[in-house]
Amino acid sequence: MADKIATREAYGSALVEFADKYDYVVLDADLAEATKTIKFKKAYPDRFFDCGIAEGNMISVAAGLAAAGKMAFASSFAMFAAGRAFEQVRNSVGYPHLNVKIGATHAGITVGEDGATHQCLEDIALMRTIPGMTIINPADAVEARAAVEASMQTYGPFYMRFGRYACPIVTEGYKFELGKGMMLRDGKDVTIVATGYMVHLALEAAEALAAEGIDARVVNIHTIKPLDAEIIIKAAKETGAIVTAEEHNIIGGLGAAVAEVVCENCPVPMLRVGVEDKFGKSGKVQPILEEYGLTAQNIADKARKAVKMK
Amino acid sequence: MEQTKIKELSQIATKIRIGVIESTHAAGAGHPGGSLSIADIMAYLYFEEMNVNPADPKNDDRDRFVLSKGHTAPALYSALALKGFFPFEELKTLRQHDSRLQGHPDMKGIPGVDMTTGSLGLGISAACGMALAGKLNKKDFRVYAILGDGESEEGQVWEASMFANHYGLDNLCVILDYNKLQIDGPVADVIGPAPFEPKLEAFGYNVITIDGHNFEEIEAAFKAARECKGRPTAIVANTVKGKGVSFMENKVNWHGAAPKDPEYAIAMEELNAQIGG
Repeated sequence: MADKIATREAYGSALVEFADKYDYVVLDADLAEATKTIKFKKAYPDRFFDCGIAEGNMISVAAGLAAAGKMAFASSFAMFAAGRAFEQVRNSVGYPHLNVKIGATHAGITVGEDGATHQCLEDIALMRTIPGMTIINPADAVEARAAVEASMQTYGPFYMRFGRYACPIVTEGYKFELGKGMMLRDGKDVTIVATGYMVHLALEAAEALAAEGIDARVVNIHTIKPLDAEIIIKAAKETGAIVTAEEHNIIGGLGAAVAEVVCENCPVPMLRVGVEDKFGKSGKVQPILEEYGLTAQNIADKARKAVKMK
Repeated sequence: MEQTKIKELSQIATKIRIGVIESTHAAGAGHPGGSLSIADIMAYLYFEEMNVNPADPKNDDRDRFVLSKGHTAPALYSALALKGFFPFEELKTLRQHDSRLQGHPDMKGIPGVDMTTGSLGLGISAACGMALAGKLNKKDFRVYAILGDGESEEGQVWEASMFANHYGLDNLCVILDYNKLQIDGPVADVIGPAPFEPKLEAFGYNVITIDGHNFEEIEAAFKAARECKGRPTAIVANTVKGKGVSFMENKVNWHGAAPKDPEYAIAMEELNAQIGG
């Protein structure tokens, strides 16, 4: 278990690591301990501003900072950053295309015990509808660190989605390139396109499928917007079937984004693994993932089915 | 304040009002009532108070203005045009297809607009962010934000107020345009956010109440705001919605309706007479 680390930990560490290299401030809304911006607060107290439990104000304050030339990271749980403050993200940040970086932690159902009110399963869908918004959902701590630095190097609004729950490192040794998908495993029978927490499970699924003679490709999509259409079209053409996997409602998330690309460019059988339009619930993470169909087994099942649909 | 200065500012304010009427009439839409109520304050801000330069609209050291009640963009556009940010004639393109002059202020497309606004409650928070950036970057610029009285019903206004006070943003000056009317009727009848002064004081502001059409009081308030250290200032400006156009004054229906041809003619006649006087 020692090699597992939550992406939120990497987010907090990256804010500290890059503090002397890039000029930015960090805002939080009374969740610094949980979002891990506490690390930055301790290291750079003069550049950290707690906004209190007022997420809408925090996002618009970040916009004002950016409008006056100061890059701002604004952090809260995904539910509040993307959900409660959606309109502020759209109108204060998105429309004027300001240099605000939203660090949204506790995304998805792996929040666990806190239950449905805090398990944000719609943030990707919401953020995708904002023109010019870059959305990154890193698969592990290595990718999270790289994504944070990329956001510092790239002008414009970013929504970065981090998890509460520790997960294994799967992107070590890969070069992070904003807007580019990452083929983690080649295959010819089906492609599993996964994002965030589901990426390591996609790799597990591919292993299981290999034992049955199904050769599955695994593509990691860290940048959900702008989406790397090229790698998806190539996968559709070369493997003839696609399965997506995300810790998000199947409506409006990665599966929807990939379906749009596949349908418009190279229609092939396609199935989605994700939360099937339900609210989450309290409990330990593993049983929840099983109940909601977010396991390696679920991915493998859909891959077998997609192969049969060819 | 010298009488010549008062006369000069009054004339600018009347020209701002002419721009409001010209633009909303040409657009056949827009919000003249709340634009007219802030015309005197806008005249003072852009022609006395603020350090802005139309030749260098993005200068890092400039003062910032945020029209948190963004629907009264005609007053802002009119002030900016008079200041020289773009031609006065362009006001007649307000809200039209391919015009820069969007229905609500757009910082990306319109020279001199410092913040995109329109959704109520968001602008004051952005003004807080700007004021904080000024402090962090050790700049002397000041940030001015005009709030609507109806806008104060948005909870975010008070979230921002807590923030401004907590971080001691004394480079922020919020002006509350207390014109007493909002779309659904008198502010007092809709949900009754008044009294403002005790609320603003409780949120930590240096509160100054003025007649928002009296230049001596406007000047005294902005001077006092500059002198106040350690906390932001809120100026409660008692104003008349529709001020300067007789048939629009204190009439709620002029919140979001443009003058048609006969009304336009009367309004222009009245305003031109004010310039002449």
